[in-house]
Amino acid sequence: MGDIFTNFFAGIVPLEAYMVVSLIMFFSGVYGFLSRKSLLMILISIELILNSIDINFAVFNRYLYPENMEGFFFALFTIAISACETAVAIAIVINIYRNLGHVEVDSLNELQEPAEVAENTEVSK
Amino acid sequence: MQYTLLILILPLLSFVVLGLMDTKWKPKVAGTIGTTVLGIVTLLSYYTAWMYFSSADISGTYQEIIPFQAEWLRFTDSLHINLGILLDPISVMMLVVISTVSLMVHIYSLGYMKGEKGFERYYAFLSLFTFSMLGLVLATNIFQMYIFWELVGVSSYLLIGFYYTKPEAVAASKKAFIVTRFADLFFLIGILFLSFYTKTFDFGILTSGDASVFASTAGVSFMGISVMSWAMALIFIGGAGKSAMFPLHIWLPDAMEGPTPVSALIHAATMVVAGVYLVARLFPVYVLYTPDVLHGIAYVGAFTSLFAAVIACVQTDIKRVLAFSTISQIGFMMVALGVSKMGGEEGLGYMAGMFHLFTHAMFKALLFLGAGSIIHAVHSNEMSKMGGLRKYMPFTHWTFLIACLAIAGIPPFSGFFSKDEILTAVFNFNPYFGALMTFTAGLTAFYMFRLYYNIFWGKEHKHAHTPHESPFAMLFPLIFLATVTVFAGWAIPFGNFVSSDGVAFHSELDMTTATISVVVALLSIALATVFYMKDSKTPAKLATTFSGLHKAASHRFYVDEVYMFITKKVIFNNISTPIAWFDRHVIDATMNGFANVTQWTSRRIKGFQSGEVQQYAFVILLGAIMIAALVIFV
Repeated sequence: MGDIFTNFFAGIVPLEAYMVVSLIMFFSGVYGFLSRKSLLMILISIELILNSIDINFAVFNRYLYPENMEGFFFALFTIAISACETAVAIAIVINIYRNLGHVEVDSLNELQEPAEVAENTEVSK
Repeated sequence: MQYTLLILILPLLSFVVLGLMDTKWKPKVAGTIGTTVLGIVTLLSYYTAWMYFSSADISGTYQEIIPFQAEWLRFTDSLHINLGILLDPISVMMLVVISTVSLMVHIYSLGYMKGEKGFERYYAFLSLFTFSMLGLVLATNIFQMYIFWELVGVSSYLLIGFYYTKPEAVAASKKAFIVTRFADLFFLIGILFLSFYTKTFDFGILTSGDASVFASTAGVSFMGISVMSWAMALIFIGGAGKSAMFPLHIWLPDAMEGPTPVSALIHAATMVVAGVYLVARLFPVYVLYTPDVLHGIAYVGAFTSLFAAVIACVQTDIKRVLAFSTISQIGFMMVALGVSKMGGEEGLGYMAGMFHLFTHAMFKALLFLGAGSIIHAVHSNEMSKMGGLRKYMPFTHWTFLIACLAIAGIPPFSGFFSKDEILTAVFNFNPYFGALMTFTAGLTAFYMFRLYYNIFWGKEHKHAHTPHESPFAMLFPLIFLATVTVFAGWAIPFGNFVSSDGVAFHSELDMTTATISVVVALLSIALATVFYMKDSKTPAKLATTFSGLHKAASHRFYVDEVYMFITKKVIFNNISTPIAWFDRHVIDATMNGFANVTQWTSRRIKGFQSGEVQQYAFVILLGAIMIAALVIFV
């Protein structure tokens, strides 16, 4: 533990420090994804998760395989893909808003059979 | 003679068109179309009859002609069901009877049914019935006959239940259908027996007299009775159901709930004689291979005839009197066939039965149409609501009287000649039997004149409005049929046309029998005159003297009650109820159990499919953590 702080203040940032940041970002994202009610906030949480992964790619590449470039490219690809994914997701969110007037994710369970209908389909005796 | 196919196709077409158009056309249009088509069919039938009966070969024999035949279902090389048209003396005779009566009923209904709800439907059903009945008599094989047999049953059901808002009519139509269908079950079993052993359905082969056809039945017996007897007896049960022979007669009186012209057409002239026609059709088989069954038919016919005549004497509903009279007269025809033998003078009964079928169809249709005319004027079926109608309805009165004289057997009306032939045949068979039938004939005369006097004479009932004579559309059929009734007996040398072996013979009136039957008939009429012409106390006194018999007869000898007891108390309680319980509590319960278990399971596991994305994600996360934990710590 002592090494980390020594190195940190010496200007040498160790791999683990990046991992900590990335981990915090990832679980913030997961927490946001699980707890937020607004679709937009969930979308932002997903972006957070993706960014944490990007950091991982970059850091692993930089520290473990400095002679290769694949990690950076993967990070770039992920950014592009997440842009596309966000565009699609926003489109869906807008459509949901137009149709339902809100974007509360816990009331988006229309595909499920409503409880009162289920009661009525009891096999007739 | 390919054009005979039109005789079948035209009414069918008329049924389809009228049925499909239903109320889109005005009632008048529908009525006109139905009647016109029937007119054409009638002309074609007459033409066919003319052509056929002028085609006898030199020896005076009529050949069977099959102008059309197509294979329909092939089971084996020899056993196949054909659809075709068979012309022979009896089928051509029936063609004339059916088309004439049907045309008269069509015309009559234009007046009688005017303004009724469902007028178009009525005409569609009439066409369906005419088609089925014509198909029945023209069938080339027993299976085709069976198909049309069921079709006439259906059309009869539809027409009895024509006033479908009336509970009695619905009950009556159901009863008619179930009883005849029950009998048809035996008919079908009989057909299967017969065709299993003879390997054919074809009437031509069955009635050819070729013994090799029946070779395989030799020595085969069941419960000590040969299989041929079983088959023919079962087939007769089918005929008995349609022809209302005891104890399957119970549907016919109730069938009077239908419109009166329908009763005239179906339940007096045509459909109810289908059983007689069936026996006549298979007559060579009966007489050559199963004479015992044929004698059985004679006894059933005789008993039914007497039984129905007794009941007819005490009924008060005029249509029911006529219904029981019909049952009785069909009994006469069955007796005639039953006592007949093959060929020439020996086959007198056969010819007499067919002759009586012909004349009876005409005068019974006339009686029913007359009754319809009376009901039209009085708006009631009950005799007590009538009386003294002769002043108001002269045409109906005279035509009705002619028909009554005909059925009573007074010369020169047609019924005299045909009934005389029957009685002669029966006396030749067995004198005691002849005496019984003569007594029944006397009863016939008695109850017909009881009916006649109660309607047209006697004390006048106070009517809400003065009864009026019916419109011309209703009078024309009456006059036409009355004319036929006057002339048919002596103007048609019936033996020249119809005989048991197809060879024309000349039948003489047997003067002894004729004298006896006329004397008996006149005595009965005289008795009825004394009893009913004026208001007399004698009938009521007699009714109290023989109160047991009178009560039993007015309850139709409790046959309906016996049926009710057997079906409701015995069959329903002991067989149907346990089976229904088993069905409901075992079979249904098993199926319900499957469904309920499935539903219970799905309800328990459906929580997984909540549709909430975050829940899913949480589960995925937990899973991932568990896998990670496993990888790290294990």
